[in-house]
Amino acid sequence: MQNYLVAMGVTAGLYALMALGVNLTWGMAGMVNLGLAGFFAVGGYATALLTKAGFAIPLGVAAGAAAAALAGAGVALVTARLRADYLAIVTLGFSESVRIAASNELWLTNGSDGIAGIPGPWRGTLSPSGFNLLFLAIVLAALGLVLLMMQRLAMAPFGRVLRALRDDEDVAAVAGKNVLLFKLKAFAIGAGVLGLAGALYAHYTSYIAPDIFAPLLTINIVLALVVGGVGNNRGAVVGAAILVILLEGTRFAAPLLPFLSAAQIAAMRELLISGLLLVILRVLPGGIVPERIGAGRNT
Amino acid sequence: MAAAFSDVPQLILNGLMSGAILTVPAIGLTAIYAVLRFPNFAVASHATIGAFAGYLANVALGWSLVPSALVAFLAAGAVGVASDWVVLRPLRPAGLITATIASVALTIALENFVRLGFGNQLRDYDLPILRDWRFGGVRVGPQQLEDLAIAAVAVATLFGFLRCTRIGKAMRAVADNPMLAAIKGIDADLIAVLVNFVAMGLAGLGGMLIGLDTSIDPLTGFRALLAVFAAAVVGGLGSIPGAVVGALAVGVAEELSLLVLPPDYRTVVGFLAILLVLTLRPRGILGARAY
Repeated sequence: MQNYLVAMGVTAGLYALMALGVNLTWGMAGMVNLGLAGFFAVGGYATALLTKAGFAIPLGVAAGAAAAALAGAGVALVTARLRADYLAIVTLGFSESVRIAASNELWLTNGSDGIAGIPGPWRGTLSPSGFNLLFLAIVLAALGLVLLMMQRLAMAPFGRVLRALRDDEDVAAVAGKNVLLFKLKAFAIGAGVLGLAGALYAHYTSYIAPDIFAPLLTINIVLALVVGGVGNNRGAVVGAAILVILLEGTRFAAPLLPFLSAAQIAAMRELLISGLLLVILRVLPGGIVPERIGAGRNT
Repeated sequence: MAAAFSDVPQLILNGLMSGAILTVPAIGLTAIYAVLRFPNFAVASHATIGAFAGYLANVALGWSLVPSALVAFLAAGAVGVASDWVVLRPLRPAGLITATIASVALTIALENFVRLGFGNQLRDYDLPILRDWRFGGVRVGPQQLEDLAIAAVAVATLFGFLRCTRIGKAMRAVADNPMLAAIKGIDADLIAVLVNFVAMGLAGLGGMLIGLDTSIDPLTGFRALLAVFAAAVVGGLGSIPGAVVGALAVGVAEELSLLVLPPDYRTVVGFLAILLVLTLRPRGILGARAY
């Protein structure tokens, strides 16, 4: 039971990290990211390959975050001058392309069998429950650090410019802001945080495969963010915690429907998640912790 | 693995054939974009719904291809109107990003309704197996030609409808200038319903035509999504003639990619086409004029 709760905590922490990354681009800068699973995958694969080749884990994690940030900058560069809908298309395409490449480049990623045996910090010397606890501490530390950084960014002039971009790009440009550069930076930082989450995930489970990075992951994170309140960092963390409790709850509900096949149970879960997102967008568009306008000046 | 250069004529022909089929859902996507101004990712699930509706008519009821294709169009169109009215229409005022994300959630929800009913196994249409015809060095299947004819009739009907009927003109007016259309007394809600019916119907028909070639499962529409978007973006998002040009270009590019890439990378070709066009000519080949 303790192991189970700790594992839930790690998952919630990783989801919260991803929600924070998406919040910077979507919530603050108004740039949609439908391919967050792709950036998560880039981070995971980068560190898996590096650490299996003998590099230290912290170096692998940093490289994973950097690789995802670079990919994010590239995606943002292509669409920076276009309306937000093109970014939606390109990010989705990016994530699907990453998944297809990961499934096919056997020499690099071992295809759909995935990469197993990714090292974890002191995995060999600690007991399994000790390792879980250590990893929970690492994830929470990373989450705390990123949350702090995001709060600083939100209050800094940088965050104000991003909100200005979101509300009216032309006004920001007239005010002398380099719109393109701010968009690139915001998207790269957001993607970097997604990559960080992916890298930590790889070291935690020791295994990654292309089907982990399915589009549903994107819906999960968007749901977490929308539940908590788009544009609000603390809301992103609260939303991720609620989402994980909800997802785990469905696990216990499954035996109540014995007449359904495994595929149908999976379909019910996905229906629940996507349906819930639609309902919350409708009835609670501000989320549980709505963004406080003027947070940049007053708090 | 890779095809040989002597296969080029065959590849181009295959590309034009699959591109012509891709035209059908790509027009659906671009028509919704032209009128409602957001990229509706739910075309994926509506393609799947059309494929399964056509499958039921064809296999369960034993209907032949053309009436089954009509069922695919009508079923997906009806679901498209209902799902837009209930789910997406109320969210559109909240902004472009909200509507876009809602359309992704909607497509996953609808796809899982299909999965709940049919499971994940692959299903085949009940069609006679015919020998390919040979013309010089290239092969053509009679089935491919029939699919092509259905796609061509659908596209030609749509062009006629847009050009000649009052409703078609009203749709073009809203796409061109919504404010002016409103001043002229065109009911925007009615046009939205009609566009959703026709566009999602085309998505459904397209899903069935794509499925005829191989087999169908709940992911049929989602797998085609990137190619559909690539066709619309390459031609110019919001331009219906553009969707035709873009679909043919993407179809041929996907086939020619077999010269240098393994077949699994077809989807990536669509993505590369999007990147290339957005970098060089963001408005697409024919620009953004709807018609």
